[in-house]
Amino acid sequence: MRLSPLNQRRWRNFKSNRRALWSLWIFTGLFVLSLFAEFIANDKPILVQYRGSYYTPIFNFYPETEFGGDFRTEAVYRYAEVECLIKSGGLVDCFDDPEGVMDDAKDGIVNDEPIEKGWMIWPVIPYSFNTQVEGPGAAPSPPTMQNWLGTDDTKRDVTARVIYGFRISILFALAVTVVSSAIGIVAGAIQGYFGGRVDLIFQRVLEIWSSTPQLYVIIIVFAILGRSFWLLVFVTILFGWPALTGVVRAEFLRARNFEYIRAARALGVSNWTIMFRHMLPNAMVATVTMLPFIMTGAIGTLASLDFLGFGLPTSLPSLGEMTAQAKQNLQAPWLGFTAFFTYAIMLSLLVFIFEGIRDAFDPRKTFQ
Amino acid sequence: MSLLSFENLRVSFKQDGGLSPAVKGVSFDVKKGETVALVGESGSGKSVTALSSVSLLPDSAVIEGSITYNGQELCGASETDLRKLRGNDISFIFQEPMTSLNPLHTIEKQLAEILLVHQGLRGQEAQTRVIELLTQVGIHDPEGRLKDYPHQLSGGQRQRVMIAMALANGPDLLIADEPTTALDVTIQAQVLTLLRDLQASMGMSMLFITHDLGIVRKLADRVCVMKDGEIVESGVTKDIFDAPQHPYTKMLLDAETVGYPAPVPDDAPVIAETKDLRIWFPIQRGLMRRTVGYVKAVNAAEFSVRAGETVGVVGESGSGKTTLALAMMRLIESEGPVVVLGKDVQGWSQKQVRPLRADMQIVFQDPFGSLSPRMTVSEIIAEGLGVHGLGDYASAEVAVIEIMNEVGIDPETRNRYPHEFSGGQRQRIAIARAMVLRPKLLVLDEPTSALDKTVQVQIVALLRALQVKHKLAYLFISHDLKVVRALSHKVIVMKRGDIVEAGDAAQIFDAPAEPYTQALITAAFDLAVKEGAEV
Repeated sequence: MRLSPLNQRRWRNFKSNRRALWSLWIFTGLFVLSLFAEFIANDKPILVQYRGSYYTPIFNFYPETEFGGDFRTEAVYRYAEVECLIKSGGLVDCFDDPEGVMDDAKDGIVNDEPIEKGWMIWPVIPYSFNTQVEGPGAAPSPPTMQNWLGTDDTKRDVTARVIYGFRISILFALAVTVVSSAIGIVAGAIQGYFGGRVDLIFQRVLEIWSSTPQLYVIIIVFAILGRSFWLLVFVTILFGWPALTGVVRAEFLRARNFEYIRAARALGVSNWTIMFRHMLPNAMVATVTMLPFIMTGAIGTLASLDFLGFGLPTSLPSLGEMTAQAKQNLQAPWLGFTAFFTYAIMLSLLVFIFEGIRDAFDPRKTFQ
Repeated sequence: MSLLSFENLRVSFKQDGGLSPAVKGVSFDVKKGETVALVGESGSGKSVTALSSVSLLPDSAVIEGSITYNGQELCGASETDLRKLRGNDISFIFQEPMTSLNPLHTIEKQLAEILLVHQGLRGQEAQTRVIELLTQVGIHDPEGRLKDYPHQLSGGQRQRVMIAMALANGPDLLIADEPTTALDVTIQAQVLTLLRDLQASMGMSMLFITHDLGIVRKLADRVCVMKDGEIVESGVTKDIFDAPQHPYTKMLLDAETVGYPAPVPDDAPVIAETKDLRIWFPIQRGLMRRTVGYVKAVNAAEFSVRAGETVGVVGESGSGKTTLALAMMRLIESEGPVVVLGKDVQGWSQKQVRPLRADMQIVFQDPFGSLSPRMTVSEIIAEGLGVHGLGDYASAEVAVIEIMNEVGIDPETRNRYPHEFSGGQRQRIAIARAMVLRPKLLVLDEPTSALDKTVQVQIVALLRALQVKHKLAYLFISHDLKVVRALSHKVIVMKRGDIVEAGDAAQIFDAPAEPYTQALITAAFDLAVKEGAEV
């Protein structure tokens, strides 16, 4: 697909803004990395070799019995016994003295008999967002070599939670932005294009809709249906879509009297084609400049709901919840600092990128 | 002695990392009490030259050279110094009277603001001066007009208020940037007369920017002809008009639409007609939205147009010409029969009319606004083919190439976007879009008004050729009577929604019966105000 000259110019303009371009690369890098969070922070190894065959615990369920253990529940790979079983090829001695057997097994021979050596590749951070860190000290425990950013008040690794929390924030914001913009654009397009009575009625509906207290609805809906990620996305979209409607409506009201729209009508082009082929590209500039507000707004919404305890279910990692913990545990400043810097960096990067986009779309702005 | 002088002025605009020159080394001066006209076609750099004098150009402009006003260097002068000059010693009148006035302020407030800023007048003193100024520019009953908002004034009155604002501080130099282009011919004549009288009585200098040589001849002492950012010829007005030296000046002077349309055979079939066509917009008042009256945009219009024939519709802005055209195209609601190809399509739904749209097409005034900026030329032209199911993709391509050849655009350029074409080329594209469907009726809504004179001549020639070749019926709307005369067989004169006179073109132009028509024709052909005509 070839970019139109206009878009080529915008891309050039965007590239000439170094800060925005660097922010885009850094943000894209962070986001792509966080999409593979399971390979970066997890309490299961990425790859296991046991008795010559390979296992991928992140994708598959393996009972402990698979590795010569006793339980038919999933193997807990971070336990010394399981580690010993895998490394020594399933020796029964592991249950008595796992450390000793593992030491012994390094040369491939235990008790003068050759064994089938195995190994495990662990992610950089051997904790998932919901792994209970075992070890001495009360929760929340301060940063150590083991837990880089310390643990939270239920002894979960903060680094792992930041990575997963970042991912869920961005995914939430993207989902809300894409769907609510799509709905908002269609609604605004219909209002602006047809105008008159359709517009009048729609405007009143919008006024009623946007004066509905969002927080109460979320609390009530969650109380009835239970908390879930997708329900939260749904409710946020439900109240978020009018954000773009006004802008798109105004653009369409302006554009519907343009001569090339009249010319298209005189050609007999259908209403939908006119709206989406001829008019929407005009409205896109205003839409694109509004998108940043929706995106950062969605992140903010999620954060504040989590902070208040009406957001994501507790089973999911959430930065807002970490902020709430930081407030309750002022003696553990690593929580507060982590939450603050995560939000600050994430939102700053987004704001820099969108600032660049907005300037690139500004036809009057000149770039050296 | 010279009041304002430009010395080797160069202006370029920063664009995508490079500099694109707009003015390339222009030198001329304006003496005290003299009128100098800058003439040229659009894009020749005449407005940029004038605006650069007091740095009114956008930030992306780079100005080089020297501009002196009364010996003071303006190029590179501080913003504070320039602000003292602007509106005080050097005043401006712009083209658009609709947007140059703030719609939220009364006439009095806008005028008093200037008096306050530059002279410190306020209260009763200011009001007296405002009334004096309004009287000077010929506004009737100035006391009653003080509290009016711009939308309550007509276009001509607004331009008069703009002139009053420009004159408020007794400027030494008035820069008028196409001050009459957006006005009707009759108003144009009045405003020009006013400017000439004011200049004589106040003894100020005037730098007049226009593309219309007729105005220059009436008004200017000296002329500078600009082309592509350079002055190609300059001198005393009479010399330039009597003995132009440069080929470009000669071309400009020769660019007059002449000739008459080809005669129509007597047995030509009627393509479109209407009788007693009315477009009334209800005025609703009060809580119950009761209809208390109507704005009669078009009232009892009647005409018929045959194959190969042109019906010209003339009138001032607001006379209902365009409304009539849109009603004939069934793009707005109307009452009364609209008969196209023998079928009365009045009351048909848009879906029912759609198949007929291939037979009736429209070309609009603004070649910049009537082409979607985000589609290629070939997509624009082929769109109608797709809608009406005329041919598949390959034959659409063939049709596009054929029609582009016919209207005189290189088919090789069909994958470019509209902004890469000049105004005249775009208008050809718009005509191609309409003609590709092979319509029987073509409605032309001021197709030449936004174009330069030289391009106008070409478009008129193209329209004439197309009409003869395809036996097209034209409904030709224009306020430019010269073009109408060159194209029309029959003429309708409209005034505030009513048809005041209708008949053969020759009869209307040579012996107009109505005073309104007479005033229009005098203004258009002689740039003079016809006394006693109520317009």
